[in-house]
Amino acid sequence: MFDRRLVQNFDWILLLLLLLLAGISIINLYSATYAIRDVGGSQVFLKQIYWFLIGFAVFFVMTTFNYFALERLAYPAYIFTIALLILVLFVGKVTSGSQRWLSLGPVSFQPSELAKIAMVIVLAKFFSEKRGYRGYRLRDLWQPFILIAAPSILILREPDLGTALLLVAGSFSMILFVKMYWKSLVILVGSAVSVAPFIWFSLKEYQRMRILTFIRPDMDPFGAGYHINQSKIAIGSGLLWGKGFLRGTQTRLHFLPEQHTDFALSVLAEEWGFVGSAFLLLLYLFLILWGLNIAKVSKDKFGSIMAVGIVAFIFWQIVINVGMVTGLLPVVGIPLLLFSYGGSSLISTMAAMGLLMNISMRRFMFQ
Amino acid sequence: MRTSEFDPLSIEIFDRQLKKVTLVVLAVFGVLILRFWFLQVVNGSVYRTKSENNRIHLQDISPFRGMILDRNGATLVDNRPSYDLYVVPEEVQDLEELLERLSPLAGLGAEEAVQKLDEASRRYPFRPVCLKRDLSRDELAKVETHRFNLPGVIIKVAPQRHYVNGTFASHLIGYLGEINENQLNSGQYADSKPGDLIGKSGVEWKWQRDLNGVRGGAQVEVDATGRKIRVMARKTPVPGENVCLTIDKDLQAVAEKALAGKSGAIVAMDPNNGEILALASSPSFDPNLFVGGIDRASWEEIVLSGDFPLQDRALSGQYPPGSVFKIVVALAGLEEGIIDPEEELVCTGIYSLGRRGYRCWKKYGHGRVSLHRALVESCDVYFYDMGRRLGIDKISEYAMRFGLGKKTGFDPAHEKAGLIPTRDWKLKRWGVPWQGGETLSTAIGQSFVLVTPIQMAAFVSAVFNGGIVYRPQVTKWVGKSETEKINEFAPVVTGKIGIKQEHLEFVKNALIGVVNEPHGTGGRARLKEVTVAGKTGTSQVVALKKEEEFEREEDIPVQFRDHAWFVAVAPAENPRIAVAIVVEHGGHGGSAAAPIAGQLIKAYFGLDKSVLAEAVTH
Repeated sequence: MFDRRLVQNFDWILLLLLLLLAGISIINLYSATYAIRDVGGSQVFLKQIYWFLIGFAVFFVMTTFNYFALERLAYPAYIFTIALLILVLFVGKVTSGSQRWLSLGPVSFQPSELAKIAMVIVLAKFFSEKRGYRGYRLRDLWQPFILIAAPSILILREPDLGTALLLVAGSFSMILFVKMYWKSLVILVGSAVSVAPFIWFSLKEYQRMRILTFIRPDMDPFGAGYHINQSKIAIGSGLLWGKGFLRGTQTRLHFLPEQHTDFALSVLAEEWGFVGSAFLLLLYLFLILWGLNIAKVSKDKFGSIMAVGIVAFIFWQIVINVGMVTGLLPVVGIPLLLFSYGGSSLISTMAAMGLLMNISMRRFMFQ
Repeated sequence: MRTSEFDPLSIEIFDRQLKKVTLVVLAVFGVLILRFWFLQVVNGSVYRTKSENNRIHLQDISPFRGMILDRNGATLVDNRPSYDLYVVPEEVQDLEELLERLSPLAGLGAEEAVQKLDEASRRYPFRPVCLKRDLSRDELAKVETHRFNLPGVIIKVAPQRHYVNGTFASHLIGYLGEINENQLNSGQYADSKPGDLIGKSGVEWKWQRDLNGVRGGAQVEVDATGRKIRVMARKTPVPGENVCLTIDKDLQAVAEKALAGKSGAIVAMDPNNGEILALASSPSFDPNLFVGGIDRASWEEIVLSGDFPLQDRALSGQYPPGSVFKIVVALAGLEEGIIDPEEELVCTGIYSLGRRGYRCWKKYGHGRVSLHRALVESCDVYFYDMGRRLGIDKISEYAMRFGLGKKTGFDPAHEKAGLIPTRDWKLKRWGVPWQGGETLSTAIGQSFVLVTPIQMAAFVSAVFNGGIVYRPQVTKWVGKSETEKINEFAPVVTGKIGIKQEHLEFVKNALIGVVNEPHGTGGRARLKEVTVAGKTGTSQVVALKKEEEFEREEDIPVQFRDHAWFVAVAPAENPRIAVAIVVEHGGHGGSAAAPIAGQLIKAYFGLDKSVLAEAVTH
């Protein structure tokens, strides 16, 4: 099973990128939880280290098998995920008005995280089997549409608007990648726009508030508007070189809510300035381009499309969080990839990265 | 072998697509990095200034909770200002010194204050810590005059719930408490935060959402010393809606006074629509105690007291109705044609069934009685016989028609349904068949029968209002005022008893006789000015035999004494008020409960100004 070739083709760059990101994340988290270290903060910090260790373990496990086996497991895994998503609506743990978690004894996980990976795999399988030189028309795409709609609607009902959006964005990126007819694309966008008013009315009140606050930030000063305001102050006040490690006043004085989760990037920006922020963004950019490169050198369609899918999802996750934190997008509660505190998101990301590594390692194999 | 192998054409397309994607990615990241440049370099100094010199605080502005009024608009519950003492740890040079100076002025316990502040100053040095709530006027004056000498001390004003009359109608009105974790997670209290006070029982609980209003807030910019620079944005809180109850404050006061020192309940209702005019349960408690967060001693006193002051006996007190139940049996008997009202029976004081003898309360019997007199003087033997003729299932059928044996719907969460036994029920519950003797006991309202005072009030109203069972209601309207209501409540009919008019008239007359004829057991409820009709009841706690060990009623130990019942309606011809009263261990219905009915009815019709004045100024 362990070919010498695999070891030769081990993708050190990918591993290095992940280690760098992990390191920066942990250092930043230390600062973000420093102010509350005596009352639970240090627990958070230590927990994240454990999560990273488990994450890397998952990462390596994901490289041991031949990713090709996933072709057969794609649909079963997808169905299993849908079942879990339905289950969570009934027996999920209720936290602040939403049911997103399933508990198995001491651990809980979010089925919506599994859904992201299952989505990538099942769409990759679908598109790798169909031949579409000139792209796809709407009528060819009815299957993918259903595949996308099912989990998205279930996730939306949890309710988890952010993850649902992410799922839709990532999936459509994959579809766009395998090309759609121009006409079909126009029709699709047109119908999405005309459906928008209905979607608006089916959103919950607080979700609508978030979008409205984005447009007029002084509308809800103590809800979503507050987060963005404080975030921008934190980021902007970092200037070029930042205020220095552990010296972020917005962070230390608790003006920035969710500083170890959704707004972890704002902490980095305040303490390390433009230099720090740009560095992190460039790291992410490099990770994405490297992922695209893996897609390019992979020798089979299934692997390539999966790689593109994984890249699409991490792209959108980064863009949505960074956009939100800088005030370019409304607040939708998406944590930053590999950076924010949170076990569920971290493990699923590492699993996806493991898959990417898997594809990369087997790029010279003819099956 | 594999369909997903690459062919040259696909590769070309793939690569082209990858190029496009790469360009898009680069463009998007370019935008993101530019944004950071914009925030941090171009506008950086502006944000830096903001973060260093100014701080933004979120201040909660609590909404004013709606008031609770009686049917005439008198205030029962409102809010008053509470002056709370806060200290901002960061702004205090020497914490201990400050506390030393502060303690005598504000009456603080120095130790616990130090503890609280110590913990707080590590976590949130800029957040004010509450040291004492609800300063007295004296303490307030002292602290205010010395403020220049007390840096870091802030006085905040918060609205505090005020129950104007203390223990008045406390079960009905309810009390407030801090929201707990389950309630926060349930999603029902979406607007609430930890630490908020919400209604936990009674009207405060039922109308929580309307009473609460919507919180407001201010985003306040504050400088380095904590002074407000400006209010950046403000959201005005929306005050809660007021709730107007159907109860009459003065009548309620009379009811509370009547039960003082006793255990029991009183329900007074308008028989024409189910509106509750008064509802009292004793022993009671003072909701004001809960407002600041009840202290341990008071809580223990309430909870461990042994006679359960938190229980609303009017709704959940289940007692055997005693002779009041004879009304049901009488109507059943007439309607079924089982007896002729003129038919006379001889009561010798004992009734034989099988090998046993069943006693009448009057030791040597009433002599010859017909139905009218049997009701007026409450002859047990007459009703034993009626009961035997009807059978338990028939009796129960009629009882249930009057709404007994099930909740009235007034407050399903806190009411109890009482019990109306049937043959089936006994078999299922006890595993033994129904005995004939038990029918006899049931006919006089003993044995397994259980009713609640509120059921009795609704029941006696139905007898006198032509046969309609109304659901008791206590809310008149919800809104800003009588003229700006948002919700109004119409009477709700839960059933019709379906008894012929002539039979109802007969029984009504008998009930008038109970109060107004000589030898009537309810004579102590009689009033000159108004015709009162009613029925006494004495429900047994221990067997008659044991009671007879004692010469006089006063000698019987309290816990053995019977519960005293009285139900009444006035004026009998055109009823405007119905009451049901139970006094636990009160002894005889005629002596313990009937006089209370008289007091209530008198007060309701404003007949005795002195009774009124006395009750209200307690």
